Amino acid sequence: MNNFVNLWSYLSTTPLLWLTATIGAYLVAEKVSERLLNPPWANPVLLSVALLSPILIFTNTDYGTYFEGAQFIHFLLGPATVALALPLWDNRATIQKSVVPILCALVAGSVVAAGSAILLAQAFDLPMNVLLSLAPKSTTAPVALGISEAVGGIPTLTAVLVILTGIIGAITVTPLMNILSITDWQARGFAVGVAAHGIGTARAFKVNPIAGAYAGIAMALNALLTSLIVPILLKWLT
Amino acid sequence: MLQTLGLLLGCQLAGEFITRGLGLPIPGPVLGLVILLLALALLPTLSSSLRPTIQVILAHLSLMFVPAGVGVIWNLEVLSSDWVALLVILTLSTVLSMLVTVAIFIAMKRLMMRWVK
Repeated sequence: MNNFVNLWSYLSTTPLLWLTATIGAYLVAEKVSERLLNPPWANPVLLSVALLSPILIFTNTDYGTYFEGAQFIHFLLGPATVALALPLWDNRATIQKSVVPILCALVAGSVVAAGSAILLAQAFDLPMNVLLSLAPKSTTAPVALGISEAVGGIPTLTAVLVILTGIIGAITVTPLMNILSITDWQARGFAVGVAAHGIGTARAFKVNPIAGAYAGIAMALNALLTSLIVPILLKWLT
Repeated sequence: MLQTLGLLLGCQLAGEFITRGLGLPIPGPVLGLVILLLALALLPTLSSSLRPTIQVILAHLSLMFVPAGVGVIWNLEVLSSDWVALLVILTLSTVLSMLVTVAIFIAMKRLMMRWVK
């Protein structure tokens, strides 16, 4: 027993344990999702979190300790964002042809994503700082946190809302588009990229490479646009 | 693989350098994406050497959101008593935004096609 305690106290102080656990949980989530033929509700991010959280709670591990290991994976979000340049490059011919739809849909989708969140927050009578934290929820986390801070929101709340938005978008996009029998992969991908940033983009790449490329463009462009429109919408709507 | 990783990190670094240096409201990796796109335009042969590694990275994009996703569980209390309202708002707003985006995208595409004809 003493040996086990020693082993545990060693493992819990190195990043190795939680790094391995994160990759392990993801691989299991991925396998489960594949077995079920990638249904939208079996979202790999959601499944991985559902696998890891009970382990962390059971072992009384705080988020700081967990993150020491998981930070190496978290760090890869940056290079992965840069990597989206390749699918854009590969699809440049079709993208050049759809510049007008891209720009119009971007502005409309981005305004609705932030504007509807603001109006709904008012309808639900939420406190002002919650409303401000909610407004940038559809854009990628680093941008959303920056906006939230700048307009007087609560960055931690924004971080949670951004991740939840991504998961909601990734889960709802496929059934929603299928119900409406929308078969245009460019439009489907672009929509989920605008509304649900990187987690939506990850889903789009799973479903179709063209959808993935368009989701990537949408996410990158919306990162640029959201920081411009959120302050304007807040001024108009609140 | 190592060259690709080096190039991706280099583009991100250049992006961070520029956005922070100039105080731009864009995250470094997004500008890094633009820089890599420029590199590909200048040197199109680069794409085939980048492809194998980038395909692996993009196929596992979900993995990179897991640490932040676990963080949500730790910070659920920030949702406080508003959590039902917030979940309803997030769902409605996300679905609405996707509907508008997809509708405008397809409408503009059709309009453009008619224009070209």
